[in-house]
Amino acid sequence: MVNTVADKLLEIRNLWVEYLTEDATIYAVNNLNLTVEKGETLGLVGETGAGKTTTALSVMRLLPEKVGLIKGTIILDGMNITEAPEEKLREMRGFDVSMIFQDPMTSLNPVFTVGDQIKEAILLHNKNIDEKEADKQVDDIMQLVGLPAERKAEYPHQFSGGMKQRIVIAIALVCQPKLLLADEPTTALDVTIQAQVLQMMKELKEKLNTAMIMITHDLGVVAQTCDKVAIMYAGEIIESGTAEDIFEGEKHHPYTVGLFGSIPDMTKKTRRLNPIEGLMPDPSKLPVGCKFNDRCPLCMEICTTSIPEAVDRCGHMIKCHQIKEF
Amino acid sequence: MEQPMIQTIGLKKYFNTARGPLHAVDDVNLSILKGQTLGVVGESGCGKSTLGRVILRLIEPTEGKVLLEGKDITKYNTKQMFEVRKQIQIIFQDPFSSLNPRMSVSEIIAEPIKVTKVIKDKKQIDRKVLELMDTVGLARRFVNTYPHELDGGRRQRIGIARALAVNPKFIVCDEPVSALDVSIQAQILNLMMDLQEDIGLTYMFITHDLSVVKHISTDIIVMYLGMCVEKAPAEKLFEHPMHPYTKALLDAIPVPNLSSRKMKSIIKGEVTSPVNPKPGCRFAARCPYVKDECMQEKLELKEVEKDHFVACIHV
Repeated sequence: MVNTVADKLLEIRNLWVEYLTEDATIYAVNNLNLTVEKGETLGLVGETGAGKTTTALSVMRLLPEKVGLIKGTIILDGMNITEAPEEKLREMRGFDVSMIFQDPMTSLNPVFTVGDQIKEAILLHNKNIDEKEADKQVDDIMQLVGLPAERKAEYPHQFSGGMKQRIVIAIALVCQPKLLLADEPTTALDVTIQAQVLQMMKELKEKLNTAMIMITHDLGVVAQTCDKVAIMYAGEIIESGTAEDIFEGEKHHPYTVGLFGSIPDMTKKTRRLNPIEGLMPDPSKLPVGCKFNDRCPLCMEICTTSIPEAVDRCGHMIKCHQIKEF
Repeated sequence: MEQPMIQTIGLKKYFNTARGPLHAVDDVNLSILKGQTLGVVGESGCGKSTLGRVILRLIEPTEGKVLLEGKDITKYNTKQMFEVRKQIQIIFQDPFSSLNPRMSVSEIIAEPIKVTKVIKDKKQIDRKVLELMDTVGLARRFVNTYPHELDGGRRQRIGIARALAVNPKFIVCDEPVSALDVSIQAQILNLMMDLQEDIGLTYMFITHDLSVVKHISTDIIVMYLGMCVEKAPAEKLFEHPMHPYTKALLDAIPVPNLSSRKMKSIIKGEVTSPVNPKPGCRFAARCPYVKDECMQEKLELKEVEKDHFVACIHV
């Protein structure tokens, strides 16, 4: 892996996202920093409500206006997304950045053929293209995602779940975006189909040199696909680094340790799992200090008063008062 | 030999569809000993949930027997079944849709007690509900809350408490942790294993998650299109899978460590239709080792090693 500053594709600096609801303010993302380099895959891991999807939606600028409040900067390939006007954003979405959603059943339009839905993305972003050329591109991308091109005249309900997800991926990749945001792309699929789709995504990504943010709660998927990993808890990245740092490194954030302790290890026979006690905090009433303090087995007094600083060693970052240096 | 808690003999369930009979469960023979857990694995549509429901007679079997401690319950009438239902219970996958939103936690847990009249005294019922809440680790302060006020993990605890309310011997757990986050999933798995040790419960654990099934099961059956293709003790199945489908399934699990990051043999294609299946092996269409014989012979589980049964002509 070559890591030079020039290769930076996406940079998120001090991102805060709040949802203003009638009852309370939800602090969904709290001071998040993230960079993605060209062609690399970043795994964004966390449980329900950690703010993973909100982060992705902020990059797409798809958060509901007036309800979602964004502070901070998001720079994609030199363009500041947080300040860009709507027309620029429309050009960007689907062309520079694409997003794949979790549920392939609801992300396709049931009344248009899948071919038309793929073509829509092509025609929208290539003003001068003629129909014939667009049709050819549809055929090409269908084959690339492993579907026979003849089936482009069919409707979404005629495809299985795994095939629908392939179509969604085809739509996302047809304009060869620089960045792909994949929000739990295989969670709704069976394991053998998941393996097929992950393998295909990996090959396509390499072929098209697309960078990817893989949002998932499955550490297995991360281990199989990602170069870098960022672990989110209550709207913050509490640990990040290369896949080696996270899966094989010695020091970890207590939450990371808890996450790994929660998955049954296939290689060892253990009678009991070591889960994290308690629940994710209410995002409208986050704890003072470290947000993990009420569930942390190593909680100290300082954890309840001040937010830990990020400690970094060669790109492996941990935010925890227990870890001063490593 | 010890009498199994639950045994099925030639159990079949065919659903009638416009295109012919759908073989949801096809000739399944299994037995579970008291205090043990049978894991049932397979992908969506393989008939694992139907199997669980047919065993409880929530769906009537087309053919075959279900023996509860040696007695065939498929011939029981409604009144006899009513008595049997106190011994067999179910925990559902989705803690969001399996609880009545208009009933409070105490009402939900008390309902089976009231229906079966195991306890009649009102005060005693209230006490039992609180005891059950303690057992499943649900704080007593939630007794009057409603399901929508609670998170998924707590709701699943209510589902477990409700299943335990009538002191069952056998519980079918239909994907009880699939809808939960990993840290909560681990809490619920620990709870279920503790309960098994304390009360001596027998489980049939239906799931598509292989790491979970390995963790909790004594024995495992692997299902494909309604048929049981492999049956073995949990350890054995994972160490030495024999059926090509089991191998493919184990290969497909994303393992959370980097050393297993290699090009894997991924099986092609998708599950074929369970309506009017062709004779022979049902996995033949996707199997890398397929031969002409696979399409003809009627396949049966053969005991290849002690306690290890496989339905494949190649082993």
